[in-house]
Amino acid sequence: MSDKINNFSIKVGTANGSGSQTSNLTILRAIFKMGIPVTGKNMFPSNIQGLPTWYTLRISKDGYTARRDEIEVMVAMNAKSFERDVAELEVGGVLFYDDSIKLPIERDDITLYPMAVKQLIKEAGIPSKLRTMVSNMVYVGILAEMLGVDMEKIKMALDFHFKGKAKPVEINMNIIEASAKWAKENLEKSDDFSLEPMDKTDGLIMADGNTAAALGSIYGGVQVSGWYPITPATSLIEKMNYYLPQLRTAKDGDRTYAIVQAEDELAAVGITIGGGWTGARAMTSTSGAGISLMGEFVGFAYFAEIPIVIWNVQRMGPSTGLPTRTSQGDLNQAYYLSQGDTKHIILIPGSARECFEFGWKSLDIAEEMQTPVFVLSDLDLGQNQWASKPFEYPDTEMKRGKILWEDDFENFLEEHGEWGRYKDVDGDGIAYRTGAGNRKQGSTYFTRGTGHDTFANYSEDPDVWMKTMNRLTLKHETAKEYVPDAIVDNVEGAKVGIIAYGSVDPAIIEARDLLEEAGLKTNYLRLRALPITKTVENFIKENDEIYIVEMNHDGQLRDILRTIMPAESTKLFSSTLNNGLSLTAKWIAEDILNKKEK
Amino acid sequence: MAKTNELGLTKTDYKGAPTTLCQGCGHNSILSQIISACFELDMLPEDIVKFSGIGCSSKAPTYMLQRSFGFNSLHGRMPAVATGALLGDATLTGLGMSGDGDSASIGMGQFKHIIRRNVRMVYIIANNGVYGLTKGQLSATSEVGLTLKKQGTNELEPIDICLEAMASNATFVARAFSGDPKQVKTLIKAALHHNGTAILDIISPCVTFNNADESMHSYTWGRDHKSPLQDISFIPARDEIMIEDFEEGTVQDVTMHDGSKVRLKKLERDYDPTDRMSAVHIIEESSANKQLLTGLIYVDPSRPSLTDMLGLTDTPLNRLSAEYMRPAKDSLEKINAEMF
Repeated sequence: MSDKINNFSIKVGTANGSGSQTSNLTILRAIFKMGIPVTGKNMFPSNIQGLPTWYTLRISKDGYTARRDEIEVMVAMNAKSFERDVAELEVGGVLFYDDSIKLPIERDDITLYPMAVKQLIKEAGIPSKLRTMVSNMVYVGILAEMLGVDMEKIKMALDFHFKGKAKPVEINMNIIEASAKWAKENLEKSDDFSLEPMDKTDGLIMADGNTAAALGSIYGGVQVSGWYPITPATSLIEKMNYYLPQLRTAKDGDRTYAIVQAEDELAAVGITIGGGWTGARAMTSTSGAGISLMGEFVGFAYFAEIPIVIWNVQRMGPSTGLPTRTSQGDLNQAYYLSQGDTKHIILIPGSARECFEFGWKSLDIAEEMQTPVFVLSDLDLGQNQWASKPFEYPDTEMKRGKILWEDDFENFLEEHGEWGRYKDVDGDGIAYRTGAGNRKQGSTYFTRGTGHDTFANYSEDPDVWMKTMNRLTLKHETAKEYVPDAIVDNVEGAKVGIIAYGSVDPAIIEARDLLEEAGLKTNYLRLRALPITKTVENFIKENDEIYIVEMNHDGQLRDILRTIMPAESTKLFSSTLNNGLSLTAKWIAEDILNKKEK
Repeated sequence: MAKTNELGLTKTDYKGAPTTLCQGCGHNSILSQIISACFELDMLPEDIVKFSGIGCSSKAPTYMLQRSFGFNSLHGRMPAVATGALLGDATLTGLGMSGDGDSASIGMGQFKHIIRRNVRMVYIIANNGVYGLTKGQLSATSEVGLTLKKQGTNELEPIDICLEAMASNATFVARAFSGDPKQVKTLIKAALHHNGTAILDIISPCVTFNNADESMHSYTWGRDHKSPLQDISFIPARDEIMIEDFEEGTVQDVTMHDGSKVRLKKLERDYDPTDRMSAVHIIEESSANKQLLTGLIYVDPSRPSLTDMLGLTDTPLNRLSAEYMRPAKDSLEKINAEMF
């Protein structure tokens, strides 16, 4: 197979709010249904309408799904970004452009295909209010003809997008077909980029991480959720609201869940904590700015030991930062959030499928550990479409942890003589809680964020305070047995290790291939949770040097690992880039090679 | 032998730990009335859940209803926790105790939004016009001209809790004076039977920091300026209503959601607490006249509570078994098939 078949990137430049997302998803889905590995990334401004927006599709016969910087095929629909879009094309690249853009093209190393967008729309007799939306379908048709996108698959994609509604499918399909016909008659193919069907997406689905997380939470039994809108986390709860009625309505029509849009993130997490306290399953979803507001409450839930799950679909911080750009900058924030000494459990999914898995698993772990559990996703994972194996039904029963209802409470008293909310009976740091609403006399207690003894009574006693903190530390140790273990891929003879987490995974997979081509074999550990497990400790000990690749500025995981394993700190190197764009394999490979030489 | 109620419980079963509030604190008097009200209404203490924020008011739940679950939350954040907990188990009766700092300053947003959601709970604001636990700072309900030892004289207009509640479309708004225990108790009983957020603004003097005779939150001022709207009594649903011979237009019965009745006997003026405009008007009028207006200011027993609106299962969410929480396996196969 030539390196120009099923092996290039397409970038589409349009205006935000012009409906180009439908066109771009249609191309993505059609190529996916052709069996060709493809990923799409939306690069959008924090704006509703007007500003330039881009969509990139990476088509990779080898199955690589990370972002690339190189663009071989550009579709320029926006005069405002035209100049830089043209400049960005690789030598030998192809430019499709709206022929109403009358700007000079000062390159002779690319192939040009003007598109008669206005003419095609006019001829199609599209009502004026639909013209902008539909004009983006022109490039779908022209790309289909010029690159070889299967028209039948395009129809499938549109049927899916419009949920089978015949009218919009027909309007869009007509203009796509007309545009393809126009291209056939008016453009002469003079480049080598093309698409050919493969079988590499068989059995896969396309999903975004936020949808996966929503579904995972639903299968995890989520019941109470307070939430507040924030980019890029909003779609997680919106998907929950979409799926809950069909999946979690009782036979008599009553609902088994309560989702409440709160007045702010403080209330959102407060509502969630209230629910978790009663023994209902509780989760919320937000992004870094929301986590900042939740800080005081999270410290409360940690100290009072109330199970909740908080999803953080990360975006760029500090402050409002870049709300529509991806990052892994909130690791430190999540790990240490609160005044005083706190260390939280963090789960980090690396794929859409894992977003589903950690959706239900996080609810188990929160209840088992009686503490807030963070799940760190990010904008790239959460909002973009990923080819994924189908979501897998939970392979274990729901684990509700040490919670006592009326009968359990009686049995507990029989066995242990007395019950104290914060009494460590089993020696693992996890005490037995009673669900608020347990009607058995003696099962109630007073929950407080102030110092408390093993019976939840207020206490300022120094010794009592120390014992509480020591037990919480023990509980954090115990958590290592409950969190998802890291995934390790060791290579024969490799002495250099890479540690990464979350959405960086696809770039690492590809970067390791590039490094091997350059003569550097690497081992790879994908971290999936904090606290770190024995597997992580061993990996660090076993490798001579370790590069910790993350999308933040300061190397936050590297700092955490240095704190946990000070003796190994000199061999922990940071490879970080945090500019709003997801990492490319090329950058990672080059950065590691550069650092290695020094 | 101590008197028992229909559950065979004595008043002691409703008591809490010994109070650590100041001797003479208005809050102690409120606590006594809550204890009496719950005892007299034959409520199982385990059916009640106590909530509070931070401050002297919010310490108070420790000193009552020891057999009930309690949640002493964060400053100004009681409403959110109560919302979540009462969704987790909607069969519990929520009883919240907050203060003027907790609700009218740091928690103003949450105060108004729980009202907007109409979560079924009693929401008491023990209002003393001063920050007690931090030793005597001005609060948002301090009147203009109030002079405190270290703070000087307040020049800012006070926030009226009842007016804020009305502005947020509260379904139950009452004001009382902790120096008038009978009225406090009756209003608490009515509030406990309201299917929504029942706001009770109780002027509750701080004997340590804000009890000068001329202070509008003092015992003296309260006694001299209180102006009751009605003579109020509460009739539980199970009690037979005594047909008394009232003079036409002197008595109004408000039927609560559960069939119990609040009986309002006319005092000096005609007043209908189901009329929103009158409620707003009378709060403004009493404020202009520097009167301590007390009684049931507004009630709408018909509006649905949050739980009603969400259409939850009769079994509380926290008691649902896994079969109600985890959809069956074939449903996921369907979802996977529906993904592109």
